[in-house]
Amino acid sequence: MTMQLTRRDALVFTVAGVAAATVGLPAMAKGVDDAISAFAGDAKVGSGKITVTAPEIAENGNSVPIEVSVESAMEGDDMVEEIMILADGNPNPGVATFKFSTLSGEASASTRIRLAKTQNVVAVAKMKDGSVYSASREVKVTIGGCGG
Amino acid sequence: MAKIKPRVKVPKKAEAGEIVTIKTLISHPMESGQRKDKKTGEIIPQDIVNYFKATFNGETVFETDIDAAVSTNPYIEFTLKVPESGTVGFLWKTDNDGEFEAEKKIKVG
Repeated sequence: MTMQLTRRDALVFTVAGVAAATVGLPAMAKGVDDAISAFAGDAKVGSGKITVTAPEIAENGNSVPIEVSVESAMEGDDMVEEIMILADGNPNPGVATFKFSTLSGEASASTRIRLAKTQNVVAVAKMKDGSVYSASREVKVTIGGCGG
Repeated sequence: MAKIKPRVKVPKKAEAGEIVTIKTLISHPMESGQRKDKKTGEIIPQDIVNYFKATFNGETVFETDIDAAVSTNPYIEFTLKVPESGTVGFLWKTDNDGEFEAEKKIKVG
């Protein structure tokens, strides 16, 4: 079967695509949203503050190095309590949650993660004053990391 | 199953108040619960390292809740602001109630 694509159809597709993209970006996958609200509680999630370091292209999704950090004195009220890592394209979005203390000295941690396909790695940080921030970074995956 | 063995890298010496990087790795298959047995077609049950904790002289420094999306042989790197000479303790927990520990000393001065 061949599909005839008229100009009108093409326009409809484009509009639908743009709408989906606009809605899809801040909302992301539902699992990620749920995980963020569970993590943030009543706090409003601000953007920025967190640095997510990950390769732009990961050849092997089985082991992708990532690093998260937040500028913080890690003393008194200027403390990062937790950073949660999510992957919005994995079968389950949860990856890991790092919990810091005043003995940490700085809010930074690294690990290696599995990514099933090209997707966003999302980091959400909870501060001692109750504020919550999130940042994300897209990682393009050549070979997925979930096995057959 | 291969033997589960933790490995940690901690500097032997530090200045008081210095922030040092600590690297940890534990050999573990991190069975994700997503894979199927190729012969039977049945899902291989999840078996992962789900928790990691580091302490300094008994006080908690850093904890991680780990999900199945962390790679085989989970690697975790974090920082410690060394207040004095002491012992860094490490603890990993697995789904099937396994606990694995390690210890390293840091000398200040």
